[in-house]
Amino acid sequence: MLADLLKEVFWSLSGNKVRSGLTILGIVIGIASVIVMVAIGQGAKASVTSSIESIGSNLIMIMPGSQRVGGVSQGGGSSETLTEEDADAIKNQISNAKAVAPAVTGRYQITAKGNNANTQVVGTVADYAVVRNVSMSSGSFFSESQIRSSAKVAILGPDTRDELFGENVSPVGQNIRINKIEFLVIGVAKSKGGSGFNNQDDIIYVPLTSAQHYLSGNDYVNNISVTAADQDSMASVQSQITKLLLSRHKITDSAQADFSIMNQNDIISTASSVTGTFTILLSSIAGISLLVGGIGIMNMMLTTVTERTREIGLRKAVGIKKMYINLQFLAEAVALTFLGGMLGIILGWLASLLVTKFVSSLTTEVSLSSILLAFGVSTAIGIIFGFYPARRAANLSPIEALRYE
Amino acid sequence: MIECDNLTKIYKNGDVETAALKGVSFKIEKGEFVSIIGPSGSGKSTLMHILGALDTPTAGSYVFDGKDISRFSDDELSDFRRDKIGFVFQSFNLLPRTTVMRNVMLPLVYSGKTMEDREKKARACLLQAGMEENKFGNLSNQLSGGQMQRVAIARSLINNPSIILADEPTGNLDTKTSRTVMEAFAELNRQGHTVILITHEMDVAGYAKRIIHVRDGMIESDVTHNNITHNT
Repeated sequence: MLADLLKEVFWSLSGNKVRSGLTILGIVIGIASVIVMVAIGQGAKASVTSSIESIGSNLIMIMPGSQRVGGVSQGGGSSETLTEEDADAIKNQISNAKAVAPAVTGRYQITAKGNNANTQVVGTVADYAVVRNVSMSSGSFFSESQIRSSAKVAILGPDTRDELFGENVSPVGQNIRINKIEFLVIGVAKSKGGSGFNNQDDIIYVPLTSAQHYLSGNDYVNNISVTAADQDSMASVQSQITKLLLSRHKITDSAQADFSIMNQNDIISTASSVTGTFTILLSSIAGISLLVGGIGIMNMMLTTVTERTREIGLRKAVGIKKMYINLQFLAEAVALTFLGGMLGIILGWLASLLVTKFVSSLTTEVSLSSILLAFGVSTAIGIIFGFYPARRAANLSPIEALRYE
Repeated sequence: MIECDNLTKIYKNGDVETAALKGVSFKIEKGEFVSIIGPSGSGKSTLMHILGALDTPTAGSYVFDGKDISRFSDDELSDFRRDKIGFVFQSFNLLPRTTVMRNVMLPLVYSGKTMEDREKKARACLLQAGMEENKFGNLSNQLSGGQMQRVAIARSLINNPSIILADEPTGNLDTKTSRTVMEAFAELNRQGHTVILITHEMDVAGYAKRIIHVRDGMIESDVTHNNITHNT
């Protein structure tokens, strides 16, 4: 029975290849765009998440500013309220703060051997390597004594190294000039793989004290990064830091705080919700094209029913039951959408690979769930949009149908 | 085998009622060759639809082998048509762009029979209908009118029907081809098939042993010939 049904479907669809092909095309485009859009969305989400995670783990960030005085909001990081002493206090008084790294950041002009670059310079302490997952590919991170003595030493990020010295050249032992002041390169950091915005590889690390003396010229820090002991203690560490800093800065009302504090999970969840919305937007646009494809199927099936009225009449006259006529037309519609779905998935997959290849910042991910969804949706479209034409065919009166010109 | 008693068919179109059949009664025995003849509008098509179980009468009964068909449900009518009736139409009604074999096998679809069985049967029926064997693989649109009607006759035979119901089978054929097609029906009748022929042409009806004249929804005459008259 099933073999008969499949054969009948095959014969009638292959009887009009051009029309079947064009109808399938509608579904192919719809399914392919859903696959690509979801792949781009999920790829974007993954790349944002990994780029945030490349900063460090269980990270809490404290930044100056953000207090509101009389409705005036100062931009985060612009004011000078945090000091190295705040960082020391956090390290000494909060037990679950595993590592604390205050940092001074700024962009400076760097020159080396006639090359120059404009790069972010981070003045910080040895703990920074722990907090921000910095590991060395050659040389070593600076030591406590180098920090204490304000040594003019620097560690280059891999991209900065490439820019100043060229790839695979070891710059250790060479001098660079940051803001016209000479620093000795003592190491190169490993690539952190963060890409696009927030490039963690185009960077220079110098000791905190050196940055304060030679570059920023004051005793403030731009941010303090804290690593909590584990995921569970993050919330408590965050609230303890808030309490401690409020009392150190002699602020009673927490709404008046002259610093702001963020943890990594907040950033990730915010970013994920943004990319999630983005994915929904893209997929709904693709969904509309799928709907149009479905209406195309219905249109074709209705045309087919009209065109094959006599054939339907004949089938009824030779005693083929209503149910089988209904099934056959439904199966034709489902076969079209199923085929369209298959081709759409293949096309969508290829398109996703092309996107990954040509858009370097984005690695698309075609997930199994989106493939299953595409299959389900395309089959459902066949059933939904094939239902009405099939019923119409099955309910034709054989006498009328045989007489139809 | 067939017993029609007071068959009445009334078509309703809004408030207008048209009586196509006004109480028609007759019997047809197994092995008969009957022509139902009448001008257009006489009700012969309606009668054919009821005899072929494509339609049910408004009143009266149609008893086939002791069963009252006029009360059958849609699916029961389908089964009845499949098992008991072989249709041959004026316009052949072959599937376009489809081989002769597949056309003949169409009524066997969903029957659960194996492909071999079906092909064997189709071949036998095609030969019985006088189709040349080298045309079995041809597409239906590559055939002449006479060949198409032979394929249609073969199709009507495939389920071993109790009656072959032919509706103006020669209406689209020239005189010479008509004659050969009618000979084919006569031959089938000689082999024992019951043949009912609907036509408006007297010379076609003349192939049958019995001619029922229908006019204005009623039987005008019902004549059985002893000598078959061939208008040759």
